[in-house]
Amino acid sequence: MRKITATVLLLATSQAWSYEPAGTPEDWPNPIPDQKPFWMVLSDRLETRFADEVDTYVWDLQGWYGGDFNRLWIKTEGEGEQGESPENAELQALFSRRFAPFWDWQLGVRHDFEPNPTRSHLVIGLQGVVPYEFEWDSALFVSDEGDVTARIEAEYDLRITQRLIVQPRLELNAAGADVPELGLGSGLNSTELGIRVRYEFKREFAPYIGVSWEKLYGETADFSRLDGEPTSVTSLVIGIRAWF
Amino acid sequence: MTTQTIRGRRAFLKTAGATSAVLALDALVPAWARSMEVLTNASGTDGQPLIFDLAIREQDFDIAGGRGNAMTINDSVPGPLLEWYEGRDVVLNVTNHMRHSTSIHWHGILLPFEMDGVPGVTFRGIDPGTTFQYRFPVKQSGTYWYHSHSGLQEQSGVYGPLVIHPEARDPVKFDRDYVVMLSDWTFEDPHKVLAKLKKMSDYYNFQQFTLKDLYGMDEMSASEAWAKKIAWDRMRMMPTDIADITGATYTYLMNGLHPAGNWTGLFNPGERVRLRFINGSAMSYFNVRIPGLPMTVVAADGQNVQPVETDEFQIGVAETYDVIVEPGPNEAYTVMAESMDRSGYAAGTLATRPGARSAIPALRKRPLLTMVDMGMDMGGMSMQDEAAVSAAGGSMSDMGHEGHDMGAGGHAMAMADSAGPIVARHGPDTHGPGNISVAQVQRDRLGERGTGLADAGHRVLVYTDLKRFDDDFDSRIPEREIELHLTGHMERYMWSFDGKQFHEVDGPIEFHYGERLRLTMVNDTMMNHPIHLHGMWMELENGHDEKIPRKHTINLMPASRVSALIAADAPGRWAFHCHLLYHMDMGMFRVVHVS
Repeated sequence: MRKITATVLLLATSQAWSYEPAGTPEDWPNPIPDQKPFWMVLSDRLETRFADEVDTYVWDLQGWYGGDFNRLWIKTEGEGEQGESPENAELQALFSRRFAPFWDWQLGVRHDFEPNPTRSHLVIGLQGVVPYEFEWDSALFVSDEGDVTARIEAEYDLRITQRLIVQPRLELNAAGADVPELGLGSGLNSTELGIRVRYEFKREFAPYIGVSWEKLYGETADFSRLDGEPTSVTSLVIGIRAWF
Repeated sequence: MTTQTIRGRRAFLKTAGATSAVLALDALVPAWARSMEVLTNASGTDGQPLIFDLAIREQDFDIAGGRGNAMTINDSVPGPLLEWYEGRDVVLNVTNHMRHSTSIHWHGILLPFEMDGVPGVTFRGIDPGTTFQYRFPVKQSGTYWYHSHSGLQEQSGVYGPLVIHPEARDPVKFDRDYVVMLSDWTFEDPHKVLAKLKKMSDYYNFQQFTLKDLYGMDEMSASEAWAKKIAWDRMRMMPTDIADITGATYTYLMNGLHPAGNWTGLFNPGERVRLRFINGSAMSYFNVRIPGLPMTVVAADGQNVQPVETDEFQIGVAETYDVIVEPGPNEAYTVMAESMDRSGYAAGTLATRPGARSAIPALRKRPLLTMVDMGMDMGGMSMQDEAAVSAAGGSMSDMGHEGHDMGAGGHAMAMADSAGPIVARHGPDTHGPGNISVAQVQRDRLGERGTGLADAGHRVLVYTDLKRFDDDFDSRIPEREIELHLTGHMERYMWSFDGKQFHEVDGPIEFHYGERLRLTMVNDTMMNHPIHLHGMWMELENGHDEKIPRKHTINLMPASRVSALIAADAPGRWAFHCHLLYHMDMGMFRVVHVS
C-alpha cells in the first residue's frame, strides 16, 4: 500500500514537472517574474472648495495591490466643512477581478463612519475604461438596513500640453428608496460635474484648480431645503492629484 | 603556448593553459576610452579553446554624463568585445560578484542548450559568489552579442558585443572593422521603471495628442487629428504609443557613450569600413543613418546577406546589421541612431582624426500609428475589394497624402494602398481578458518600411531586401505549422502569446527533434515586437525561396503576419520571447522544447 502511495506521489510530482510552464524541475527559479504583484496608491482628489456659503474639503483616495487579474482595492472618500470633522466619510475594501480587457467586477464592503447613524454596505462594482477613454467607476451599495444606493463616476483626460491636462468629471448618485434619516430620496438624488485643470510637474504630482457644480434633485433636494441647506452649490476647487 | 598576437587591451582573453598572469587589464579602461575596433588580421587556427573570464559586479559607474548604479561586466558597460573563432571551442568563466543571481546568454549562438544561459530554462542561474563555466564549440561566424537573462539586469548594463571570425575567407572585404553597439540607459532603478509602467503605462510618453494637434497646428489638419483621436480613443489606445520607455528617462548610448561623449571610429580616406551595428537596448528601436554616406548591408543577425545598398535602416531590439561604408571626402560623418519614437538619439562619428565632428541632424517629427497598425478592416472592404484597390495602384494616391491616414474614406484607402497586402483575417478568438485587440486583417508587411519611415526621402532597408548569401538552404518541406499570436494589454502592462502570460501556460511548445516546421506569428498588438528564438535559426519567409535570410530575432510590425522556417535540430529547452525586456518580464515568453 505504502509503495503504491509512493508511486502515486511520484507520478503526481512528475506530472507537476511536466505541467510547469518551462518544463523544468520545480525547484528551479522562474525564468520571468510575470506573476509578481504590484501596488498603487492614488489620491485622485484632495481638495479645498470655496463656495458662497461655506468652504469645504474633499478627499477621494484609492489604492490597489495584486496581480494582473486579481486585485485588492481600498477606496476612501469624504468631505467636511473647513476646520470641522468630516460630515461624510466612507471606506471600501473590495476584491477586484478582471473579466474583460477593460473591465473589472468588484465585490466587497463599505463602511460609512459619518454621517450618523453609521451604515455598512455590501458593494458590487464595475470599474474600467469605457470606449473613447472614459475612466469609469460604478457601484451598487446594499446597506445593513436594506437600503440600495448607486454611484457612477466618470473622468476623461484632455491634454492641452504634455503636462497641462483638463479633466471633466461627472458623478451621479441614486437611491432605490427614500432614506429619510440620511436625507436621501429615491431615484437620482445628486450630481456633481467638475472641470479640473492640472499640471503634471511629475506624472506622480499634479496640483489642480477647477470648478465643481453640485446639484440635488427630487426628495433629496426637499430634505436639504427642510434643513435650510442649498440644493445647488458652485465651488472653486484647488487640490492635488498624486500617486505613488 | 600560443603564438597568437593579442593586443594588450584584450585582457580578459587568455589561451588554454595560460596562468593567472593574464594580459593587461581592459577592466581598468573606462568605456569611453575604448574604440570597439575588431581585430582584422586575427586567426583562430590554434586549435586550443579560448578562455575568457567575465566578472559581473554592481557598482557606481560613470555613464551617460552622470554617475549611476550599474551592473558591469569586467567593470564596463557595455561589457568587453569578445572575439571568437569559428571552429574553435570557447570557455567562459562567468563570476557573479553581486548579491543577486545572474546569467549570461549568448545571443544568436548555436550551442548545447545547457550552455545557453537562461535561468529557469537551461540552468539554475549563477548564484552570488560563484562561477559558472560555459564551454562549447563555435560553429558559426558573424556579429552577435551577449547579455544577462536574469530579471532586468540587461537594462542595468549586463550586455556586450560578440564577434566571431569566420573559419573560411570572409566574403566581405574591408579595411577597418568597428562594433557599433546601441543601447538605452536610465539612472532610474529598472524595477521602478517597470512599476511605473504597471501603474501608468503612458508614464514616459511625452508625445501624446494635445490641443495643438487638434487645432491643426501640427503636421495634420484639425479634422484629420480629431478623426484620428476619436478613432483611437474609441479603441482605448494611443497612436503615439511607439515606445513604452522613451528619452524622458533614457539616454541612448553608442558603444557606451552618450552623444556628447561622441564615440569616434577613425578611418583613412578611401578605406572600406565595416560597421557592426548591434542593438543591445532593453526597449529601444533605432533608425540608423550616416548622412552623406550610403551603407551597404552585408549581414543581418550575424549571417551574410547579398550586399544591398541603403541610406537608412531600422534596427529592432536584439537585431544586428553589418554594413560597409566608404567614407570620404569629408573628414567627419555622423553616425545617427534616432530612437524609433524620436524622443532622443545616440550618435557618434566616423572621422579621419579624433575630435572631428559633423552636424547632428535634428530629430524628425514623431511618428504615429495608423489604421493599418490597428489591423482595422478599412470600411468593411472585403479582401477582394481591397486587392482591387491595391491593383488600381496610383489612382488612389490623389485621394490623400500617403502615410497620413485617418479613420474614414479615401485617406484610409490610400494608406492601405501603401501597406503590404492582406494575407489573412483573424478568427473569432480574441485571446481573453488579457488582450486588448486583434488584427482583424493581417498583412504581409515585410516589404514595408519600419514604423515612421514611410515618408523618409531616401532609401530605407526593408526585410524583403534581405537575401541569404550562402547556398545552404534546407529545402525540406515543413511538416507542421505552429501559429502563435502576439498579444497584450498596454494599459495593464501585461504581455503574452495567444493571450496567455508565461505563468498561465501548462508547458513548453513542443518541436519534434529533426523536423522541419513553419512558425507563423501574428502581431495582434499595435506595437512592434522583436521576437527571438534561442538555439535555432528562424528563416524568414520573405519571398526569396532558397535565399530567405536566417535570423535570430524577427521584428513583427503591428497587425502583421510573418512566417519562418525552422529546422528543429537542437535538442533541449529553449527560450522564445519578445526581446523588449519589460514585455518579456511581464509574460511574453515561452519555452520551446525540442525532443
